[in-house]
Amino acid sequence: MDHPIKRDHARFRKIVKGRIRDNLRKYVSKGEMPSPKGDGTFKIPMPSIDTPRFKFGDKNQGGMGQGNGEEGDPVDGQEGEGPGSGKEVGNSAGKKELEVDLTLEELASILGEELALPKIEPKGKKAMPSVTNKYTSIGMTGPNSLKHFKRTYREAMKRQISSGSYDFLDPRVIPIKRDFRYRASDAKVEFENSAVVIYMMDVSGSMGDEQKEIVRTESFWINLWLKSQYKDIEVRYIIHDATAKEVDAETFFKTRESGGTLISSALKLCREIIQADYDPSEWNIYPFHFSDGDNWSADDTKLCLEILDQDLLPSSNVFCYGQVESRYGSGQFYKDLVSRYGEDDDKVILSKIKNKEAILDSIKDFLGKGK
Amino acid sequence: MGDRTRPLEGELLRIRDEIHGYALEFGLDFHPVRFEVCDYDTINILAAQGGFPNRYPHWRFGMDYDQLSKGYAYGLQKIYEMVINTNPCYAYLLNANHIVDQKIVMAHVYGHADFFKNNAWFSNTDRNMMAVMANHGTKIRRYMERYGQNKVEEFIDRVLSIENLIDVGVLFETQELRRLSDERMKTVATEIANESDDRSTALKSFMRVKERTGKMGPTPEVELSDLREKKINTPRDVMFYLLENAPLEEWESDILGILRDEAYYFLPQRLTKIMNEGWASYWHSHIMTNRALKASEIIDYADHHAGVMAMSKQNINPYKIGIELYRDIEYRWNTGRFGKEYNECEDMHLKDNWNKELNLGRQKIFDVRKTHNDVSFIDEFFTPEFCERQQLFTYKYNPRTGRSEIETRDFQEIKNKLLTQLSNFGSPVIEVESGNYQNRGELLLRHKHLGVDLDFGYASDTLRNLFALWKRPVNIISRQEDQTLTLSFDGREFKQTK
Repeated sequence: MDHPIKRDHARFRKIVKGRIRDNLRKYVSKGEMPSPKGDGTFKIPMPSIDTPRFKFGDKNQGGMGQGNGEEGDPVDGQEGEGPGSGKEVGNSAGKKELEVDLTLEELASILGEELALPKIEPKGKKAMPSVTNKYTSIGMTGPNSLKHFKRTYREAMKRQISSGSYDFLDPRVIPIKRDFRYRASDAKVEFENSAVVIYMMDVSGSMGDEQKEIVRTESFWINLWLKSQYKDIEVRYIIHDATAKEVDAETFFKTRESGGTLISSALKLCREIIQADYDPSEWNIYPFHFSDGDNWSADDTKLCLEILDQDLLPSSNVFCYGQVESRYGSGQFYKDLVSRYGEDDDKVILSKIKNKEAILDSIKDFLGKGK
Repeated sequence: MGDRTRPLEGELLRIRDEIHGYALEFGLDFHPVRFEVCDYDTINILAAQGGFPNRYPHWRFGMDYDQLSKGYAYGLQKIYEMVINTNPCYAYLLNANHIVDQKIVMAHVYGHADFFKNNAWFSNTDRNMMAVMANHGTKIRRYMERYGQNKVEEFIDRVLSIENLIDVGVLFETQELRRLSDERMKTVATEIANESDDRSTALKSFMRVKERTGKMGPTPEVELSDLREKKINTPRDVMFYLLENAPLEEWESDILGILRDEAYYFLPQRLTKIMNEGWASYWHSHIMTNRALKASEIIDYADHHAGVMAMSKQNINPYKIGIELYRDIEYRWNTGRFGKEYNECEDMHLKDNWNKELNLGRQKIFDVRKTHNDVSFIDEFFTPEFCERQQLFTYKYNPRTGRSEIETRDFQEIKNKLLTQLSNFGSPVIEVESGNYQNRGELLLRHKHLGVDLDFGYASDTLRNLFALWKRPVNIISRQEDQTLTLSFDGREFKQTK
């Protein structure tokens, strides 16, 4: 039996998600998604519930510290360096957020653990050459994060002993610039499985900025996870209203059209891209389609199902459909897919994304099968 | 923890024997220490539960576990060791530690174990807490089965809201007081004995009160008002006051008593953070550098020790301040730099080279670790020279620049601020003033304002929880921006009166 704290943990998560103990809701600091800050660091919210107590207000309280500096010097300059350093950033009422330096790989593995995502079993042969860096040697230059302490001090000690400045009675070892040693990488070429993600998004009038923001965030995390599973992935973007076209990432997230919606147009283009560039026996193929569920006509939906059955499903690892809730969308397409494939099909994964908070759950829907 | 921890074996056992020998050699005195080895997940569980393998079910343990696990996953923090104030003293080592880290941790643990056994503030703690906590868990689980998890958990949440309203003085219920209360107990001893008792001590004393007042024989209504007007002996022990006087059901009283017992168990650790960590660090440093370190381990040791001692511009590191203060005391008592003659010496040259070769330092720090808590430790031994050497300062938020800035390096101001932060274990001083306020059975608390205002948002929500326990209107007198005012909650709305 697992330790009982896992039950406390599950209960805490349920409270945070608002499923039980509604009266605690106002003490919950929200948000679970790490968000990139653009400088290589991430803001990682720690959900917490604050028990009210009589306590001091922190207005004007200030604090105490140690170190050099004159009166009036700031104390919240940069603190800590290198990977794995982080600090808690005090925020409004009991909200705890961590800012950490993480590589994308680390972030992906945390995401994987958080959502208990299974590792993907890739198909196809390893055909894609890729370069990996292995930190197996030592160099004289490098970033602080790769500093090799032992080697550095050993060099410093050698220098001090040979120059006679080492005192056995007061054994201080102080490295100077030329003593510093850093872990260095050797490049190695390896062959890997290859994968392509094809994002399709409905950009017709009913998809608003909030809906697109959800798709953007979600695709960021999907890419992150797939990149951690495959050495390199290719990403292609298709937008559509009544017609579809391939665009770059920036256009994908910015475009807003106002026309009607023919989902089949996107699926057709997706099929063409696959046929032209990605041989299903060599590639792991992931088509993702996001819309608010409106389609022009039942006939077009019928056409969609045909394309899926005959072309897309046979060639893809999975086909994922994410339905973003919007004020104008009917959500009909989700229902149509459910009635055809059921909610638990191996090849067709369906997910409804109600709001930003639901993104994590939806990622778990998509990637939770390890396909 | 079942199969989650295992006893030491092989190399670790050999190291333990070695470090244990050094600890005894240097005069440390401790209850037997039982080391167990476990993985990081287990140590996170233990830490989330205050060091104990068995606690009652509650979401906050899950929350702490969530945060510790995330912190570990993100590489922000790592717990090297856990040590519990019990007899035998349990200590947990992380299996992934390097050998040199294990040595440091063991030496550090013996320091804590000595402190737990000898520091006066710990003299009344229940060393059998491992079993007591497990027992608390069983009882609360039973209540949850009977009354429903939500209901019991909600009650616990309310009690946790007043968990910091306890009285440091209660730790020193003296032998004499205890003897008197034992005598009082005898009158009801038979009834209590019949209860084959696994009730909390606080509940027992609560029942005693009921027994006593019951025997005096007044009618129940008179008894109630009697209680509410009688002298309040420990006004800061709001938990106890509610236990005695709030209209609680028996299971509620029992849980309140349990949580109060646990709060008092942890209180000494909150009162001696600097001293305890300083003492343990002093000894790991001493044992490692004088005895246990091998030449090949020096850099790893120095790296680890420096990490633990790191100074921060935003916080006081209790390990750092603690170890340095003990070392300073040792140095001063070795050289005779204390007392009237030294303090009044005005010859700076003489003062700088002052050395009476008393060599009383080691004895002095052993005495200090016995009798002081953080407040008196700082109050008595924090000197201007020390303050300057440690580069201490206070800082304040500057609304003009939008950042926190160094405010002053003035010794007296720093000392005052430090003492203010430490006093009453960092909690506002709150006292029960009356249980029959306005002659309407309302609860009246008073915040003893010592310079810092209460957070009124939190205070309001705390009153809401207090109301749920007291079931009549609750009030607190405090000061906000130099104005005395009363904050009240009557079950429906909040009111502020000047």
